[in-house]
Amino acid sequence: MKLTLRIWRQRDADSAGAMTTYEVDGISEDMSFLEMLDHLNEELILAGDEPVAFDHDCREGICGACGMVINGQAHGPERTTTCQLHMRHFRDGDVIDVEPWRAAAFPVVKDLVVDRSAFDRIIGAGGYVSVPTGAAPEAHATPVPKEAADLAFEHAECIGCGACVAACPNGSAMLFTSAKVVHLNVLPQGAPERESRVLGMVSAMDEQGFGGCTNTGECAVACPKGIPLSAIGTMNREYLRASVKRR
Amino acid sequence: MALATRTERSPSLIGFVWHSTVGKKAVMAVTGLVMLAYLVAHMLGNLKIFFGAGEFNAYAHWLRTLGGPVLHHEWFLWIVRAVLAASVVLHGVAAYQLSRRDLAARPARYERRRARTSYATRTMRWGGVVLGLFLVWHLLDLTTLTVNPNAQQGHPYENLVASFGRWYVNVVYIVAMLALGLHIRHGFWSAAQTLGANSPRRDRAFKATADGLAALLTLGFVAVPIGVMTGIVS
Ligand code: HEM
Ligand code: FES
Repeated sequence: MKLTLRIWRQRDADSAGAMTTYEVDGISEDMSFLEMLDHLNEELILAGDEPVAFDHDCREGICGACGMVINGQAHGPERTTTCQLHMRHFRDGDVIDVEPWRAAAFPVVKDLVVDRSAFDRIIGAGGYVSVPTGAAPEAHATPVPKEAADLAFEHAECIGCGACVAACPNGSAMLFTSAKVVHLNVLPQGAPERESRVLGMVSAMDEQGFGGCTNTGECAVACPKGIPLSAIGTMNREYLRASVKRR
Repeated sequence: MALATRTERSPSLIGFVWHSTVGKKAVMAVTGLVMLAYLVAHMLGNLKIFFGAGEFNAYAHWLRTLGGPVLHHEWFLWIVRAVLAASVVLHGVAAYQLSRRDLAARPARYERRRARTSYATRTMRWGGVVLGLFLVWHLLDLTTLTVNPNAQQGHPYENLVASFGRWYVNVVYIVAMLALGLHIRHGFWSAAQTLGANSPRRDRAFKATADGLAALLTLGFVAVPIGVMTGIVS
């Protein structure tokens, strides 16, 4: 396959960036999107140019590092991560636009790499359960109803990639935050911090400069893990309940 | 060690909630639903126009006596007006503040971007502005009678027929009611989501109710200028 790539190049956080056009040839349809970029980078290095910087780690769709916007869609045309997107979803001769996540809370570090540490600060404000240290407790000491376990698992699938923020017209982190809140709030282990968790995480989310939710649903369409839009409704309910109970 | 005693007062629920994006949106949802409930009653009352001047004017008069003898003449009406005014202001201020924040949170656009949301969802902000402007004109026309061609206090039927006798008034009115329908179509479902009343099981029912309310309000309100235009009401 022969492709024309238009890639966002930006030297560092303080420089202005621009879309730059590259031609690549010899792309196999079995390559992943990241392998295609590796191929481009090898050519750039041989030519003495600066390779395109992009984030990646596991390359198996579980770490959430590899986010980029491909032809206006977070992680490209399939519901998966960029590392698991294969070139067979493109056609010979295609022009492909590749851009970093765009959100005020995710500043560009270089080229396609953005700083997603705002997510870590949201997690730090309540995305955990407090457990005593020591030997692992007996597995049946805390029974978890089947529905709660399923619901928690569905929301625990979030890998924190940031596609929801990138796809949202308001740069909102509501789907990410609500996935974490629902995951922990439905479990008995999360119950002691049920109120402080949602209040703390929402307030951290606002402090990081994410936008608000207008219920457009773009986030849930973009999510590679299929976190449902209903998570946001549930978090809103948890938030209002906790606000009333606050004192 | 003595425990710290709590001396500072924590803010009221509304005050607390107003300072977060989630809470401010909830204020928007509640005030939106208050306005929506009022509009359903308003639309039903308007349809009395089809039963003649006598019945319509008597209805308008009755509205002023509602709540009596506990409430003095027109007090009920003024309470409704106060609640609605507060709702419009809170709804508008919340919409403005949240929109400013939302636009700042997404400073750059993508090269290629196709809209994947419905028309109603994409027009909430400008549609809201259209509704706000319409509201100002509507009050000047039929409540204060400032811009009404007939302007006779106590004769709402005649004032209304005179106003809708002008083609451009009908156009403005019908466009505004279409904007209202779109706003409700997304707004009602959105409010269910914002207030946490929605769930995967109820989602379809809320969407269907939103569509139903939007169609009902738009058709019900638009029936009046159409009635005047076609001479059914004169
Ligand atoms: C006149 C009657 C109006 C009614 C019945 C109404 C109703 C509603 C409702 C029920 C919502 C949903 C709240 C939510 O998203 O949770 C809403 C949202 C909204 N309204 Fe209104 N509204 C009215 C007027 C206005 C006006 C005058 C403005 C603008 C100044 C406005 C701007 C908005 C905006 C921007 C949203 C947010 C939409 C979103 O984020 O999805 N509305 N409205
Ligand atoms: S590199 Fe880990 S999810 Fe893509």
